[in-house]
Amino acid sequence: MLDKNGIAKRIAQEVQDGYYVNLGIGIPTLVANYVRDDIEVEFQSENGVLGMGPFPFDGDEDADIINAGKQTITTLPGASFFDSAMSFSMIRGKHVDLTILGSMEVAENGDIANWKIPGKMVKGMGGAMDLVASAENIIVAMMHTNKAGASKLLKRCSLPLTGVGCVKKIVTNLAVIEVTDKGFKLLERAPGVSVEEIQKATEGTLIIEGEIPEMSI
Amino acid sequence: MINKQVADINEAFKGVTDNMTFMFGGFGLSGIPENCIAKLVELEVKGLTCISNNAGVDDFGLGLLLHKRQINKMISSYVGENDEFERQMLSGELDVELIPQGTLAERCRAAQAGFPAIYTPAGYGTEVAEGKETRDFDGKMYVLEHAFKADFAFIKAWKGDAAGNLIFKGTARNFNPNMCGAAKITVVEVEELVPVGELDPNQIHIPGIFVQRIFQGKNYEKRIEQRTVRTRN
Repeated sequence: MLDKNGIAKRIAQEVQDGYYVNLGIGIPTLVANYVRDDIEVEFQSENGVLGMGPFPFDGDEDADIINAGKQTITTLPGASFFDSAMSFSMIRGKHVDLTILGSMEVAENGDIANWKIPGKMVKGMGGAMDLVASAENIIVAMMHTNKAGASKLLKRCSLPLTGVGCVKKIVTNLAVIEVTDKGFKLLERAPGVSVEEIQKATEGTLIIEGEIPEMSI
Repeated sequence: MINKQVADINEAFKGVTDNMTFMFGGFGLSGIPENCIAKLVELEVKGLTCISNNAGVDDFGLGLLLHKRQINKMISSYVGENDEFERQMLSGELDVELIPQGTLAERCRAAQAGFPAIYTPAGYGTEVAEGKETRDFDGKMYVLEHAFKADFAFIKAWKGDAAGNLIFKGTARNFNPNMCGAAKITVVEVEELVPVGELDPNQIHIPGIFVQRIFQGKNYEKRIEQRTVRTRN
């Protein structure tokens, strides 16, 4: 079974040379730590920066240079700043190659719900609805089950949707899964996790074809 | 040169009254018009509709106006990190319209650019699109979103001149440029008001035509919401 860093490490393998990548808050943010250093990748943050670097050294932090999680950051050579409309032109206009975001629920038809629990948690969708409505390459990073142990990979989302039919791939602590026309297709197992365990933790239709390889991370 | 400089914030606020709709630049606490927010608290104007990506934190930014119940309605994309906001929203005291962040930016930009509405794919198939016109373009569905109508836009820029030309710094730029000229009156506070002619016309982010009133801000706190750092070796 993977921890959050393990999920990030596996997703980092999906990041290719020349990609512009938008990372959501939470596990996705960790992906930046594991991208191979022999490829060129630029990270976009929807509050208006392309070419994000690591956190600043203690004392160098600047209130005017933050990421979408409102964390102080730095920029790398070649970076740029821009306004919010232009930022979403990059996203809506499909100029960003890969979007990685967390989720509360994903359905077998690719629907995603990650912004609201009615009557309980209403923080807002931020840029998530714009991202999922336009990105062609979306990977969801999340735990396979919620804190109560219930599956987050469902036949139909129970929470208010963020987007419809948009998720292509899911990486969880248990598995790598592709969203197909027929349901969740199991691609890889996390180290030490059996197909049966994944099946048990998946409420939606799980397609298992042939031998399922273990992830190499 | 057409002069947009006003003597002080009092002159910049001429015409601000209860029940108006305001736009506020800023993302989180970065690039928020600190002086203008403080002035609104002082004036105790009420019944406000505020268009802003976020709602500040409990004791800073728009959180200050929320705390004094000056806001009737918030139009935002993300309101986390603010317990008072969440409390007022869940109890029904505060009317809240949550909209996708890109839609928020584009509804400002549409108002600035003279478009009555725009089509966006964001929110299609979700509760955000309920009751809105949708349309198919080349096999993909889009939602019609209308340009905002606001009385004042409150903007924070890094540098500006009396002609109203503006330059923003880092990610404090965010919604600020998109809101300039998107309201009936655009009020800008700057960290540094420089003599006309000093700003290189090649480097200007927002030309003065989008600005009605500009003044030198003061006492910037520029609070950091999430201080994340590396330790030096």
